[in-house]
Amino acid sequence: MNTQSPLPQGTRVDLVLLSQMVEPGARVLDVGCGDGALLRLLAETRDVDARGIEISQAGVNQCVARGLSVVQGDADTDLVNYPDNAFDYAILSQTIQATRRPREVLEQLLRIGRRAIVSFPNFGHWRIRAQIMFRGRMPVTPNLYSAWYDTPNIHFCTIKDFAALCHELDAGVERSIALNAYGKPLGLKIPYVMQNLIGEQAIFLLSR
Amino acid sequence: MNEAKWTSKPGQGAKGRARALPHAPGSQIVHFPQSEPLQLDCGGALAPFSLAYQTYGTLNEDKSNVVLICHALSGDQHVANTHPVTDKPGWWETMVGPGKAIDTDRFFVVCANHVGGCMGSTGPMSLNPETGKPYGLDFPVITIPDMVRAQARLLDHLGIRDLFCVAGGSMGGMQVLEWAASYKDRVFSAIPIATAARHTSQNIAFHEVGRQAIMADPDWRGGRYLDEETLPRKGLAVARMAAHITYLSDNALHRKFGRNLQDRDALTFGFDADFQVESYLRHQGYTFVDRFDANSYLYMTRAMDYFDLAADHDGVLAKAFEGTGTRFCCVSFTSDWLFPTEETRAIVQALNAVAANVSFVEIESDKGHDAFLLEEPELFDAVSGFLSAAARRRGLALPGAAGD
Repeated sequence: MNTQSPLPQGTRVDLVLLSQMVEPGARVLDVGCGDGALLRLLAETRDVDARGIEISQAGVNQCVARGLSVVQGDADTDLVNYPDNAFDYAILSQTIQATRRPREVLEQLLRIGRRAIVSFPNFGHWRIRAQIMFRGRMPVTPNLYSAWYDTPNIHFCTIKDFAALCHELDAGVERSIALNAYGKPLGLKIPYVMQNLIGEQAIFLLSR
Repeated sequence: MNEAKWTSKPGQGAKGRARALPHAPGSQIVHFPQSEPLQLDCGGALAPFSLAYQTYGTLNEDKSNVVLICHALSGDQHVANTHPVTDKPGWWETMVGPGKAIDTDRFFVVCANHVGGCMGSTGPMSLNPETGKPYGLDFPVITIPDMVRAQARLLDHLGIRDLFCVAGGSMGGMQVLEWAASYKDRVFSAIPIATAARHTSQNIAFHEVGRQAIMADPDWRGGRYLDEETLPRKGLAVARMAAHITYLSDNALHRKFGRNLQDRDALTFGFDADFQVESYLRHQGYTFVDRFDANSYLYMTRAMDYFDLAADHDGVLAKAFEGTGTRFCCVSFTSDWLFPTEETRAIVQALNAVAANVSFVEIESDKGHDAFLLEEPELFDAVSGFLSAAARRRGLALPGAAGD
């Protein structure tokens, strides 16, 4: 029974930042919750009613054994089962780039959650641009370490792309944070264009 | 296996059965008198009626640590104690006991023999007060909701209102779902395992084979075998053999027996049990006869056939769970073809549709439907993790669980 053991050292900074966007006591659905690290963080620091969906059965079984409420499911197909406004927050943490229909998934998130929180790797980062530009090869970075032929990430976007999709879907961006390679937020004074260039990843808090 | 074992001599064994009923060695029994009938889905009522039950662990002061276990078709109330008839371990000792996933050091576990059963609760073996003879087929057809209603009566009798958890596999899982749908405010958490919200056409078909085997046995005597001092041993054994195959998987059978021969070096070119798998099945069949009543088998299978939780809610399963505050942990097994994962997924989808708190674990196993009764560490981890989290939510003090 290790369900309430302290969070592992080195809990990802991006998860901490993301969790701080969640009001305490809220109802949360984490879509693509993996081994449940974010769910645990939310349950333990924000006292939320946290649920998860995870596509890998091993991840699900691990989560449930830790006392987390997680079902095996696919973000692309299973979100339609949830009713409107079922959650205060629907979260998609580092998952949208692995979905088959990111636009539809985002629409579903905004339907079942009053708010949606989406974090994703920024494909507009200068190092990625440079790898394509100067090496002529698909980028491999510490954050995106898979080769093109075995990456689960099939729908990359830049911060600018994602903001455009939010606009297209009429979703309000309540907050957006770009993070550096260490998961630390970039200063607010950095202009938007630069964020898209030096941000390794981004977190968006959206509302309808 | 000796052919003689398959022949029921007139009267043999039957006298032992026509004993004063209800008879439940080692179990507690609660009797509900004529004035407190059990209302049934068939329109009638059962009165008087009795329920035989077992308990394990200690009821805490505010009665908040109760786990109700619902047994499967051929199970009974002997969850975690040596069975008084077979001398074998309880049917869920892998799961229930001190320090086990359903920890009797923490929880007060209750399991009752289902109404219609044959281990001490009122069933077709019991004496019909109107005739003074065993009910036989005069016993009313019982449904899963009827069984659950009877369990609720037992809990009322014990002064227990709230269930911390209700858990069960197969037919027991159907009852878990029925509990969650019908007594939403009494069920804090629910663990339906290897089950379905409705019995499929294929499963009804298998049950029909079993029933026809029993009824085709001349010793069944139209269900009046107790009066006539016979027993439809062959019929019930064949029913059990057929059913037993559905509880396993091709892989499990192959791993266990392959095409190995039984106590011989060559085929005999006859119809004796040449293969180990035949001998095993025959053994399963004839030992079952010693502990189970043929008419009870008819009634239990019928109850499962009739179960269709969605049908009771305008054909929409999600409606059964509307407004639920129960925490669910649904479990299925990859090789279970009797209650395949799709059935559990349908339950999970319905629960998601009402934004219920649900966990869903599919466990990789080649042991078929019976996996829920066997040594499956992932199953125990899931149940134990789920129960610990639920207990924390419920504010249950967990003895000796400091730092948990």
